[in-house]
Amino acid sequence: MVKTKALKAAFPHTIPVLTGFMFLGMAYGILMNSKGYSVGWTILMSLIAFAGSAQYVAITFLTSVFNPIYALLMTLMINARHLFYGISMFEKYEDTGKLKPYLIFGLCDETFSIICSAEAPKDVDRNWFMFFITILDHGYWVIGSAIGGFLGTMVSFNTQGLDFVLTALFVVIFVEQWKSQRNHKPAIIGIVCSVLCLVIFGPKSFIIPSMIGILAILMMMQSPNENEKDMAEGKVQ
Amino acid sequence: MSLTSMQTFIIIAMVAIGTMATRFLPFVLLKGEKSKHASITYLGEVLPYSAIGLLVVYCLKDVGFTAGSRGLPEIISILLIVFLHKWKGNVLLSIGMGTFAYMVLVQLIFN
Repeated sequence: MVKTKALKAAFPHTIPVLTGFMFLGMAYGILMNSKGYSVGWTILMSLIAFAGSAQYVAITFLTSVFNPIYALLMTLMINARHLFYGISMFEKYEDTGKLKPYLIFGLCDETFSIICSAEAPKDVDRNWFMFFITILDHGYWVIGSAIGGFLGTMVSFNTQGLDFVLTALFVVIFVEQWKSQRNHKPAIIGIVCSVLCLVIFGPKSFIIPSMIGILAILMMMQSPNENEKDMAEGKVQ
Repeated sequence: MSLTSMQTFIIIAMVAIGTMATRFLPFVLLKGEKSKHASITYLGEVLPYSAIGLLVVYCLKDVGFTAGSRGLPEIISILLIVFLHKWKGNVLLSIGMGTFAYMVLVQLIFN
């Protein structure tokens, strides 16, 4: 009952991801198929790696000379942005009990962005609500890529541009966050720092410098307030 | 398939391990911290906003603003999404119309 309610509350939030993952997952399955990897491999990869962009890049690891260390290091680079999601969710996931390992396992871009902005309704269990958002997104990705793997190259359709649905999702969440906050500095820092690093370091290696820059600026912004707080508390004592 | 089954399995495992390392590391490293550590609470409050900003830029990282369509389909669609969402505030409407506009732009106008 608790779970059904949480599932019903979670599902509408995941509809944009359903659209995006069905398409991107299918495209991934079709691509794997075209490289000679049967649907079983595609499902295994989507199930245990569950990382869109890294999985696309991994196709190049699977079609070149066997080099597992390179595969590991490239994956760490591509997915470094997840470190931010973990820090952001550290307290939100703190009291999630037995669901916690899975919530962390499934914390992809899309799930992170939904859980950031979506609050469970009052009468819905918050932990199960977050669990269902995570597992629905994971499920869409696995099913989408499995369909692609099964269909192979039999399908041809003009879906050019459909992958923009995920960009659209992130833009909408950015606007939602903007509307909900008076302090726009963190959002502006995120955009400006990333754009500057993209211009300086290029699309392949801007993520890690951006993350360092964002963290450094955010921490610098914190310190004066902290001192004020400490001083205020000191006065009271 | 250019790799053996065993090699393929190892590569998949590496991608899984690499991804999970980035997802679990913050929770492992911060585990000993007091749950209400001031800096973690602070970052938990501000970092999601910066992270979504980074994610939007990440999605647009391969758009060429100096050649081809000069990023116009992306710019127009994003402006439409922002406008629609400020106006109506309906998540599915904003995403649906934005994506539809983008598809029309790249398939019919900037092809």
